[in-house]
Parts: sequence; structure tokens; C-alpha cells
Amino acid sequence: MSKTLYDKLWDAHAVIQRNDGTHLLYIDRHLIHEVTSPQAFEGLKLAKRKPWRISANIATPDHNVPTTNREEGLDGISDEVAKLQVTTLDDNCKEYGITQFDILDKRQGIVHVVGPEQGITLPGMTIVCGDSHTSTHGALATLAMGIGTSEVEHVLATQCLVASKLKNMKVSIDGDLSNGVSAKDVTLAIIEKIGTAGGTGYAIEYCGEVIKNMSIEGRMTVCNMAIEAGARAGLVAFDKRTLEYVQNRPYSPRGKDLQHAISQWNELKSDEDAIFEEIIHIDGSSLKPKVSWGTSPEMVIDIDGIIPEASSESLSHALKYMDLKPGMKLSDIKLDQVFIGSCTNSRIEDLRIAAQVVKGKKVSDTIKRAIVVPGSGLVSAAAVKEGLDQVFLEAGFEWRAPGCSMCLAMNPDQLGEGEHCASTSNRNFEGRQGYGGRTHLVSPATAAAAAISGHFVDVRELIK
Amino acid sequence: MKNNYNFHIGRITPLPRDNVDTDQIIPKQFLKSIKKSGFGPNLFDAWRYEDEGYPGQEVSERLINKDFILNQKKFIGADVLLSKDNFGCGSSREHAVWSLMDFGFKVVIAQSFADIFYNNCFKNGLLPIKLPEEIITKLFDIAEQKKEIEIDLLNQVIVCEGNEFCRFEIDPFRKESILEGLDEIGLSLKFSEDIKNFEIQRSHDAPWVFNKRNEG
Repeated sequence: MSKTLYDKLWDAHAVIQRNDGTHLLYIDRHLIHEVTSPQAFEGLKLAKRKPWRISANIATPDHNVPTTNREEGLDGISDEVAKLQVTTLDDNCKEYGITQFDILDKRQGIVHVVGPEQGITLPGMTIVCGDSHTSTHGALATLAMGIGTSEVEHVLATQCLVASKLKNMKVSIDGDLSNGVSAKDVTLAIIEKIGTAGGTGYAIEYCGEVIKNMSIEGRMTVCNMAIEAGARAGLVAFDKRTLEYVQNRPYSPRGKDLQHAISQWNELKSDEDAIFEEIIHIDGSSLKPKVSWGTSPEMVIDIDGIIPEASSESLSHALKYMDLKPGMKLSDIKLDQVFIGSCTNSRIEDLRIAAQVVKGKKVSDTIKRAIVVPGSGLVSAAAVKEGLDQVFLEAGFEWRAPGCSMCLAMNPDQLGEGEHCASTSNRNFEGRQGYGGRTHLVSPATAAAAAISGHFVDVRELIK
Repeated sequence: MKNNYNFHIGRITPLPRDNVDTDQIIPKQFLKSIKKSGFGPNLFDAWRYEDEGYPGQEVSERLINKDFILNQKKFIGADVLLSKDNFGCGSSREHAVWSLMDFGFKVVIAQSFADIFYNNCFKNGLLPIKLPEEIITKLFDIAEQKKEIEIDLLNQVIVCEGNEFCRFEIDPFRKESILEGLDEIGLSLKFSEDIKNFEIQRSHDAPWVFNKRNEG
């Protein structure tokens, strides 16, 4: 019987079906960070259990590490409660012998940037992490899902997840993207089209010309926000680009092992006649840069669009929170801060795109703060080598140390009350980037253009 | 903190919004805790109070938003939460479930739930019930009338004023996990031999999955 990519990954990891219909799904890799793991390790200890396979686990602190004074390590964390969480991760990793890229390690970074970068994420794997944006890793033809803390404990103890099979959805993005339109605009367009619950119960496979021609970094941006469309997993088939990306990374196979792996990886695509319960088509050629105006990632409009009418309670609540009026243009919004970073858009390609827009220009006087937070220590080092840090610094951006930073503002990087931010992150929920803060989700190019102009502009005009 | 029960009688707290996300249920500044308890006072923090919340604050000193549903006298003690579409969307934080339970909610009824939140509920014994829009609309009326409802998990039925109000669907295993309060890890470890055998086969088929870091 013909299978989708998701079906193949599922079948290759289903250990056993229990009487109740659920499966034990074998987990190849488990990524751990400081926020969702302490209670899981505590549960493990209380039940006198041990991790099933130590080497399956890799940890790094990312959510509440500060992005300044990093050379001070733990001493640089002024918030004692946050520090306890980071040291608890240190202690748990030491106790069980789990590899950790700690706060001072040059490989530390956002867990979803670090995994692929190290070759810890490899095609054909099942990957879980106590973080909903684990869907990112699906860009490398893996089955990757976010899990809760109880499941973190379950995976630690059994190397399996209790799971029911998801349905299959295909999202095909055809045509060619115009210059200035990128993966972030694509993923926002998908959420705009199917809504934040559109993918609930599904694994989404992204395909079509646009995905085929997209870099792995771009595919990660698309898969990253599968969860914002409600889907626990997003996937892209294995191809030459995937192989190019995964080769020669610290944890990726070499020599004979690699040849053996490639022969299996080549099968990591949906069969031609595989059945999808839902198929969505998007015309990539007509896509414009996207901006979210409201408090849900589905509240998205084109850069030249206008703020919609308050046609439902949710919309009117969002308009009020965002302090916007129907009929306003995006360029009428007064921006206060710009954030380039997060597991969605903090990879080297994102920084290159933003730097290209920024180069030789200055951040507008009306912008209170514009920051760039690379996704990992290695992304940061690569950017410095290319001189990107200098491009940003000369323009008036702040260049920070890696972490989740202002995406969820658990560390000191936060919006002030009422401030509007052009942000390359993934969630525009109320208060997400700081108490009373107002987030507009955009691509790195649009964020960079907004920083220079002081308000939203069509980046396609700027780079003509 | 796991609940085990098959029957619950309670009144409804209405939260008539779509897309109630986990950042609203428990804002990020409270996720720094390394415990599972103590989140109740900060449930819906940004909606419930008029000042900015931070961990370790004295609740008695805070500015209460009197309009918010949890602060309205008539809903105090109403431990069934009722909401609309896509409840619990966003982050995977299980703290969202812990905070709802710590506050005292026993059941959450909504038109639909986000996948990870829905899963997290069962791991802790918070019962999530999905119901169609027309029934949800009627339940909002019942909430306003402060009527009690009886939720009979064993028979998968909600009763109001002695009459069957509606039936609800629930996966049998998940139902059992709430009825019996199962130790899910213990249950899975009964399959240890199967897991070991699978692992041996996988390490043969895909040895690179089990590789350590390459030297140099």
C-alpha cells in the first residue's frame, strides 16, 4: 500500500500497538531545555527510574538565558529563579551523564537551531522535545513533535511516546516566490489560509516548487510554524538539499555508515499515489510580504493590506489589545522595537537576508531598540566571520548572545507596556514578548526594513 | 496532584473566547518554577489582575480586574471551565494544565482543543470534553443561570436538572487513565522486552542513529 512520508516514519518507529489502539512510538532523539524538564527529572527520581538510553538525550539551556554578559556564565543571570532553573538542568545532566551544551559552551543555542546544526537531527529519525516548536526538525524529513513535561518523563524512562496516529495533510506551494518574499511569508500565508486550528490532528507535509527550491533553513522556518497552524508535526521530503545540509556535521554519519544511511534516506518521501485526508494549494508566485496585525498568528495581512473590521468578538478583542482601528494601513503603526531572532528566524541565512537590507543604512531614530539574537553560538561565530555583526552594529542594532530571548521574553529582553514590535518570532499572543507588549510577526527582511524605515514598508520596494 | 474520579458535579465558569492560548493560561514569567504546584494564583494572570505579575508576589497586594470572569462573585467555586474553539493552543507548557488544576478546575469543556494541551490534560487527570458549537452555546446559558451540571465520565454523559443534557466522546484509554489514575510509565515499561527488541533491530538497521559525536 502506498504511504505518505509521515506514514513511513510512523511505521518505522511503531514498537507495538496496545489493546486500546494507541502505539508505543520509539524515539531516536530527545532534546532537553531548562524550562520543561525539571519536573520530569524529579518525577523520574521519585519513581526511582533511570533514563532508558542516555545517548538519545541532548540538552542546552535556551529559554531564559540572558543575551548580555554571557562571558559571566551563570553569574550573568541576575534573576535567581531563572538561574535555579538553568543550574537544575546542569545538575540533572551531570547526574545522569546527559550531554549538555551549557551556558558557556560555544555550541549552546536555541535547541531547534542546535539539533540540525550538530547533525543531532538526521533524516528518518523521530525527535521529541518539551517544546511545541520541535516541528522545526521535520524540515529534515524527520517525525518531530513537541511534548508536555509528563511525556518528557515518559520518553526519558521508556524511550517511547504513547501516541495515536495523526491524519495526513499536504500543503503544496507552487510557483516561484518573488524577491523579498521568504519562507516566513509562506508559513504565515498558510496559517492565514487554514487558521490556527486548521492543522489540529494532522501532520502537515509541505511540498511544491517553492519548497523544492527552498533552502533547508527556509524549510525549517516553514515547519517551525506548523504548530501555529495547529499541527504537531510538519515535514518535508528528503532530497539533495537535505543531504547536502546533513553531511559533515559533528553527529552525522561518515563513510560506509553514510552510504547505508543515504540508501534509506532516499525513500523518505511520500509515494506518488499516497492518500492525504486534506490537500491545500497555495500560489507562491502571488505571495506578498506578510505582517500579523492581531493576537493570533492567523490574524495576518499582506504588507499593502488594511486592518480588518471587528467582525467577531475575537477580532474586536485583538483590535483593542493592539490599539488598532479597522481601515488603518500597516505603515500607520508606530513601531517601538525590532527583534530578529527565535527558533523561527535566527539561522545564518536569516541574518544574511536581514543584513543585506540593513547594510549601509541606519536604524530609524523613532525605533527605541533593535536587537539581533543569533540562534546559536555557532551561528553567531559564522555571522561574525562574515562581518554581519558589524553591518548590524554600524546600523544601530544591538548584537546579542544566543537564546530564545524576546520571542517569549522569559529573560530580560522584553517589550514595554503598549510597545509595538516588528518581530521575526512565531507567536503574537497577548503579553508574549512582555507585559502589554504588541507583537507583529514578520520575515527577517521585513523586520530589517521596518527598523530602517521606523514603520512597516514593502521590503520589495527597498531592495529593488 | 492527579485526580481520579468518574463523576463530577459543579457549576460552570464561562470564558467565551476562541484560541485561548497557553501564554494566557499561565504567562511565561511563572514557568521558571521547577515545581508542579503553586501556579493557581497566576492562572490567567494578565486578564485576572490589572498589574503586571511576577513570581513570588503577594496576591493580596495586587490590583484585581473585577470584570474578569474568575473574579466575579457568582462564578466563585464554579470548577468547570467552558470555552470555545482551539482552547490551549500555543506552547507545550504543561504548566497550563497544572495551573488550571491548582486553581481548582476539574473539567474543561470547549468546542475544540489544541493537540498538545489536550494530551497534557490526561497526564494529570484534568478532564477535557469536546462538544459541538450548538451544545457549547447552550452551556453558556446554563453557566449564566448558575445551574449545576453532573459530568458522568463512566457513562460519558452530562446531566442537567435530572435530565440528560448531552453525551460526549472520549478515547477509551484516556477515559481509563482518568478513571483509574494509571501510571502510564509503569504501563509502558511492561513492554520493556518489546522496546529492547525494537531497539536492537533499529541499531542494526540504522546504526548512525546510535552514533556518538564524531571525533575531530
